[in-house]
Amino acid sequence: MFDIAVIGAGVIGGAVAREMTKYNLRVVILERESDVAMGATKANSAIVHAGFDAKPGTLKARLNVRGSELMEDYAYELGVKYNRCGSLVVGFNETDRQTLSELMARGEANGAKELYLLGTREEVLAVEPGVADGVCCALFAKRGAIICPYELCMAEVGCAIDNGAILKLNFDVCEIEKSSDGYIVSSADGKCVEARWVINCAGVYSDKIASLVGDVSFTVSPRRGEYVLLDKSEGGRVSHTVFRCPSPLGKGVLVTPTVDGNLLIGPNAEDISDKSDNGTTAQGVAHIKRLAREQVAGIDFSKTITSFAGLRATPSTGDFVIGVVCEGFINCAGIESPGLSSAPAIAEYVAELLAGAGVTLTPRKDFSGRRRPMHYFRELADEEKNEIIKKFPEYAHIICRCEMISEGEIIEAIKTNPRPSDIDGIKRRTRSGMGRCQGGFCSPLVAQILARELKLDLLEVTKRGGGSLINLSRTKGKS
Amino acid sequence: MSEIKSFKYDLVIVGGGPAGMACAVSAYEAGLRSILIIERDAALGGILRQCIHNGFGLHTFGEELTGPEYAYRYERKVKEYGIEYMLNTMVTAVGADKTVTARNEELGIFRIEAKAVALAMGCRERPLGALGICGRRPSGIFTAGTAQKYVNMMGYLPGREVVILGSGDIGLIMARRMTLEGATVKGVFELMPYSSGLARNIEQCLNDFGIPLKTSHTVVEVHGEDRLTGVTVAEVDENRVPIDSTRELIPCDTLLLSCGLIPENELTLGAGLTLDRRTGGASVDMNRQTEIEGIFSLGNVLHVHDLVDYVSDEAAVAGAAAARYIMGAVAQSVAFDVTASFGVRYTVPQRITELCDLTLYFRVGAVYENKTLTVRFGDKLIYSRKCARLLPAEMQTVRLTRDKLAALGATSGEIKVGLE
Repeated sequence: MFDIAVIGAGVIGGAVAREMTKYNLRVVILERESDVAMGATKANSAIVHAGFDAKPGTLKARLNVRGSELMEDYAYELGVKYNRCGSLVVGFNETDRQTLSELMARGEANGAKELYLLGTREEVLAVEPGVADGVCCALFAKRGAIICPYELCMAEVGCAIDNGAILKLNFDVCEIEKSSDGYIVSSADGKCVEARWVINCAGVYSDKIASLVGDVSFTVSPRRGEYVLLDKSEGGRVSHTVFRCPSPLGKGVLVTPTVDGNLLIGPNAEDISDKSDNGTTAQGVAHIKRLAREQVAGIDFSKTITSFAGLRATPSTGDFVIGVVCEGFINCAGIESPGLSSAPAIAEYVAELLAGAGVTLTPRKDFSGRRRPMHYFRELADEEKNEIIKKFPEYAHIICRCEMISEGEIIEAIKTNPRPSDIDGIKRRTRSGMGRCQGGFCSPLVAQILARELKLDLLEVTKRGGGSLINLSRTKGKS
Repeated sequence: MSEIKSFKYDLVIVGGGPAGMACAVSAYEAGLRSILIIERDAALGGILRQCIHNGFGLHTFGEELTGPEYAYRYERKVKEYGIEYMLNTMVTAVGADKTVTARNEELGIFRIEAKAVALAMGCRERPLGALGICGRRPSGIFTAGTAQKYVNMMGYLPGREVVILGSGDIGLIMARRMTLEGATVKGVFELMPYSSGLARNIEQCLNDFGIPLKTSHTVVEVHGEDRLTGVTVAEVDENRVPIDSTRELIPCDTLLLSCGLIPENELTLGAGLTLDRRTGGASVDMNRQTEIEGIFSLGNVLHVHDLVDYVSDEAAVAGAAAARYIMGAVAQSVAFDVTASFGVRYTVPQRITELCDLTLYFRVGAVYENKTLTVRFGDKLIYSRKCARLLPAEMQTVRLTRDKLAALGATSGEIKVGLE
């Protein structure tokens, strides 16, 4: 019997689960995929929004501003890279200038701080020399920031597990039944857990989960956004996140440095019907490249590392669907943008909802919220690295030559919560395979390390769980 | 605090593949003794270790060897000469001052002060993400070299029903290799109107096995959620844009990519050198010395070769020159720029700074027939040769002699290589 079952191990489920472990509660996290951070968390703009976008009075507006306030300390505590690089919404004409004033007013109404209007091209260039020709004005949000969303999620879930939460992967919730003390949550393959409270953080599937307890008041549709990620050699094109001023012609895309030093552009927005279709399209990628060129000068797309798509969980209500549905069931549903920015505030809000519903939240004295940064080793001075190498020589054995990731760091990732079990899991945790060669050299080595550490045959190692096998058989004479 | 160990060598060679070993052997034979080869892998030989097919060494040894056999000829010499080498050691930085930073399990992070550095890091394959192919990201998509590693080094078969994109030599070799291992190769699709692989590989690896090669075709989309289930291919027009009406779905579980090799020049850039956009490598003189005195670049990190024999030749020139440089016997006497004109994509070397016998290497930018290859200095014709057919896949060479260069009667200017 658990006190809390969190459905979904994305950045919201992770934040909520970690928040719950601060109290004397037994927490279980149920995730349908083979790893955490596999939905919208894996593929989004990686932005902590300043809070001028959402309509005043909405949950989005309130939780965005609060989340943005909390995020820097939150990320620091979890050892996650966060960079308050600032963001610019750039305009090209008088209509845009008008729109920017409205955005500024909206931001101020939402309580966002440090917003400035830059009225001339010179003022814009003084802040961000990388903007393209034609940009004549901008809204400058000094508190806009960037963060790595899946790194944040892994840290949240890892921290929750370190504090006693149980993570059940490959748990695809298909039934939620009322029991005498709460709910019995069952998976498609016959596993079940019982919990007093269920918290629905199931992303694009959060409407389906809500419907299992009879809540059909909203739907969530997948809105696909495509992105292009460029090499670190392009990472310096801009030092701020550059949005385009929304206009009747469309919302435009963003061009932003990432916390790891790459350049990210995207997304477009396409409402689709298949909640798993995160494929890229030729038209989509061409579209975001064209728009990106209009707002940032000189992007060299021959330095593209990869393109990918993510699915936002777009609610039919237009706002986050957060609240107590009935005794024992809370929705954190339809969390689209600014969901990442709001994550710590949503967790805080869920705790308030629980308290309001009469759940006793007794803070644990032994809760430990701090986490060592996932990439601490590479940040050390050479002398400090040598101290570690002396004891653990595998830290000197480079596996990923593009990102300079050692065998020691990979083994450590395999042993750190939440534990990875496939090659993409290692990639998200260590960056091995995330560089220019995209795993061409290191993936066979990573597969060997995974097989050895997890006591698997190499044939059992997958790219991303399920049927995503790497090798299909032995070669002749080796079977 | 652990101290950072420090060493001194005359010549440090980064990379123990065919280029690095040939460079070391030739530097030794030129009289140099303080030489260190640093190799990141567990053995010398570089990528040749996984190239178990034959066809190596016809120029250098007059016989057909497998990759490991070819590499072993040099490894044997390295050992016979007692040239020092470190394995499982990764060079992480090379400074303009020829300080090399590296790490391995025994020494941790350490530094070497060198009088000269030879960069021989080789190249990598162009990955999926750089190709702009749409769809999800299922497993079953590999660069040809990665698949070659699984099959030849690890004894695992990464696929049964295979489509190959790109007709580079490794792709062609892997078409045959996968077939021999029992897989079905459904076709090789090449974006360009001509193959980027050697004619003999098309004959021996595709035609002999009835594997179709479709030029002016590409893969536009990959399908499958977990493992690849198929690819959509299409013909492309003269601007390399896919023609929608020609889209065709080919069921397969594996896509191998052989879409070009990229010189792995991160250390070169870190030393402060800039790259020649056409070769993707450093700009060098006939000694393969870069724009930083005492830093040499050779083999596939300098420009991608089709035959390892040329790599060995080039590395031998660089090794001997590095030895002379360390002994103070390299003097700059002339300053000619070698440039590519009509039909020629690039030349290596890009500069001639000494009057000596030398070989110019170059590639053409498209397929040309019945052309005259010329080397000109102003209105002087230095060299010409009639060529029935020139392919981008096949590196061309021109031998220039010291006497011919001396006869130019100049000490600087532009030497142009082109087709007429």
